[in-house]
Amino acid sequence: MKTFANLINALDSTNKTNLKLEAIDRFLWEADDSDKLWFLALFTGRRPKRNVNTALMRQWAMEAAQIPEWLFLESYSSVGDLGETISLILPRPVNYIERNLSEWMDLIIRLKDASEEEKKTFVLEAWSSLPHTERFIFNKLLGGSFRVGVSSKGLINALARHYNTDASAVAHSIMGDWKMGEVTFDELIRGKYTDTQLSKPYLFCLAYALEKGPEDLGDASSWQVEYKWDGVRGQLIKRDGEVFIWSRGEELVTEQFPEIRETLLQWNGNFVIDGELLVYKDNQVLNFSELQKRLNRKTLSRKMLEEVPVVVFAYDLLEWEGEDWRERSLKARRVKLETLFLQNPSPSLQLSQIITYESWDELKAIRESARSINSEGLMLKHKESPYHTGRKKGDWWKWKIDPLTIDAVLIYAQKGSGRRSAYYTDYTFAVKKDGELVTIAKAYSGLTDKEIQEVSRFVNKNAIEKFGPVRTVKPELVFEIAFEGISFSNRHKSGVALRFPRIVRWRKDKVVAEIDDIEDIKKLIH
Amino acid sequence: MLHFTTKGIYCVPGRFYIDPWRPVDLAVITHGHADHARRGMKKYLCHHATVPILKSRIGSDISVQGIGYNETVNMHGVKISLHPAGHIIGSAQVRLEYKGKVTVVSGDYKIQDDGLSAPFEPVLCNEFITESTFGLPIYNWLPVQQQNEQLRQWVLNNQGNGKTSVFIGYSLGKAQRIMKALEGVAPLYVHAAIGKLNQAYESTGIRLPGYQVIDLREDVRYVDKGIVILPPSLLDSNVIRKIPNMANAICSGWMQVRGARRWRSADAGFAISDHADWYGLLDAIKATGAEKVYVTHGQTAVFTKYLNETGLSAEEVKTEFGSEEEEGDPVTSESL
Repeated sequence: MKTFANLINALDSTNKTNLKLEAIDRFLWEADDSDKLWFLALFTGRRPKRNVNTALMRQWAMEAAQIPEWLFLESYSSVGDLGETISLILPRPVNYIERNLSEWMDLIIRLKDASEEEKKTFVLEAWSSLPHTERFIFNKLLGGSFRVGVSSKGLINALARHYNTDASAVAHSIMGDWKMGEVTFDELIRGKYTDTQLSKPYLFCLAYALEKGPEDLGDASSWQVEYKWDGVRGQLIKRDGEVFIWSRGEELVTEQFPEIRETLLQWNGNFVIDGELLVYKDNQVLNFSELQKRLNRKTLSRKMLEEVPVVVFAYDLLEWEGEDWRERSLKARRVKLETLFLQNPSPSLQLSQIITYESWDELKAIRESARSINSEGLMLKHKESPYHTGRKKGDWWKWKIDPLTIDAVLIYAQKGSGRRSAYYTDYTFAVKKDGELVTIAKAYSGLTDKEIQEVSRFVNKNAIEKFGPVRTVKPELVFEIAFEGISFSNRHKSGVALRFPRIVRWRKDKVVAEIDDIEDIKKLIH
Repeated sequence: MLHFTTKGIYCVPGRFYIDPWRPVDLAVITHGHADHARRGMKKYLCHHATVPILKSRIGSDISVQGIGYNETVNMHGVKISLHPAGHIIGSAQVRLEYKGKVTVVSGDYKIQDDGLSAPFEPVLCNEFITESTFGLPIYNWLPVQQQNEQLRQWVLNNQGNGKTSVFIGYSLGKAQRIMKALEGVAPLYVHAAIGKLNQAYESTGIRLPGYQVIDLREDVRYVDKGIVILPPSLLDSNVIRKIPNMANAICSGWMQVRGARRWRSADAGFAISDHADWYGLLDAIKATGAEKVYVTHGQTAVFTKYLNETGLSAEEVKTEFGSEEEEGDPVTSESL
């Protein structure tokens, strides 16, 4: 497992893409095929069921390390990861077992029918025979929740480079339908189990943000304007009777949208469509948070499919009957797209609506009301524009609505997990209410590493109370919080719920007396 | 015998302070790190090897007396002697004897022999004042041999990939330790701040591995595939990027935890520390035979609670040591 441990360690340590690729490359040279296959299996979520529960592992670890539970919990809260905490507190190994990854996996899978006593013996033996990093990996393998420090794109690129093949073909192969024990690594990578040409996506055309108004864009009638939606941007491919859905993250997400796949299977023709996957109920687009409920799930229950129905709003047509249409004008592509939709009417796929307007001023008013239908703003596309590869300035613009902002004070802080476990990164903010403070939002991101360190130091010095991992801090630091929407809510003490709250900036120029009052904030609700 | 005051640890009958943080008449200094050896004292007393460090950091005109390990100085009836603390070169535990009672102020210490500092020697005492920087059972260092081997392997691997190895470590202590570990593996280049302290040590007759001072304002292509050692303040600077084709590593006890390694996002992190690890602290305390333990900077609350559960009488003490080392901020710490 040493080779695998080296890989994980290297991927964890550096954030340089090149060094990550080098590490994967080294692993691909050094590891044998069964280990490489297991690596892909773990990476793509094909992990065996957990056979040893974490409560037992904790218990055994405390026994082996001879430490009391409170000390274990202190250690855990400092490390932020159970498997790692266990691997760190255990006594040094007394001998060394050399087994490769697949041998360990076989043994772990076989634990399924073992008694608790047998499991314990196995785990304790492994713990006393593996050095720290390998012990940590062993715990992760037992636990079944293994995050590897590389993006799927990074891994796919490394594989493609090592085997000198096309990246999207590799992606299709490893994301496709395969099972451990039924494939060999080499054949999997070389696409033996899939026709990778069939699934090949195009690069998405991306828009720049329109910083000022649209007046500089010239004649208003040369632009096709649509609503901008906050869902999952996707490419829907149908070729030779097969359907593939790619996300903008270059991930194959077909399995996550079975209803779309089913519908497209019924459609006539071969095509590639660019569109947005959205939750749509009672003729209304719902928040991204609704969509999140069903993303990246291993299985989608019937209930989930009914409660969170997804539709596609189609933006563009990239390929028709095997022919690349991207160089044609948007106008021409749209006509073809409309024809395609006319021939295949179905409720779960709709055309993205084209907004009609007479002047830029009228468009401004439309943009300002976009929030009321859960849209993020407008997309402006030149009618003569081709479908560009990647982001190109000039032809496509996104004109988002301005976020709402308030000033609030930091009152609770909590340490992050993983990379951020050493710092207070999770914050709760409050605003004024009848001369006191009331919590309004939790936010995680938006500060630089330097600022996080500074806030952490403040928290250390100004913690008033300790509730488990949460620190109550002196209300002193003021932050500007932006959010996309606001509504009344009975579930929140403040009486309002914010959508996508995030920290815009640390207002070091403001004091706590200057934060907003809840009554003023309620006036933002329309 | 001791009072923990707002100026520092005060020896009442001896009328002197140990590692004070406000100006006093006489300061006994455990070692040269900035949180233990501050400016403004009328007179300093420390180990011989620490004298040039204090002069280099604080000023050449300070009044300082150097003594050797196990040498005794009398102060108003209190017998003061210094004993190796193994933390950095010249670091000492301060043993105080008054009317048959012995108290030891250990400053910062480690049990492992780094091959440079005089190795830690347990001193029997009634009261022991201990640090607790790494006072959690998750901190367990590998044996020095293995640590050094890791560093060497990493450098060799970098050389194989045509890369220069850049180490980030505290100028006083860690830098010299890295030099020692990598002696003979490749040419050593150190930052001027480290060079200055190296000179201070060499002036007392301590032999360090050969090195060259690197000037990052100039073209530094000559360091190609060599080893460069820089102080932590340069980690996030633009200067470090002037070194072409490099991989960087942080050497610090905090690097034991994956989250800390990922947070710093250096290319490698090595858990190498000049502080005692969990078992190091426990063993050291046990070896003193002390009835009473005072716990200073670090994991004070947790460590004190644990000591009390094991049957010792332990108490937390608030000091201004290791102010940069507290739990919330392992990265800008003195002990990097």
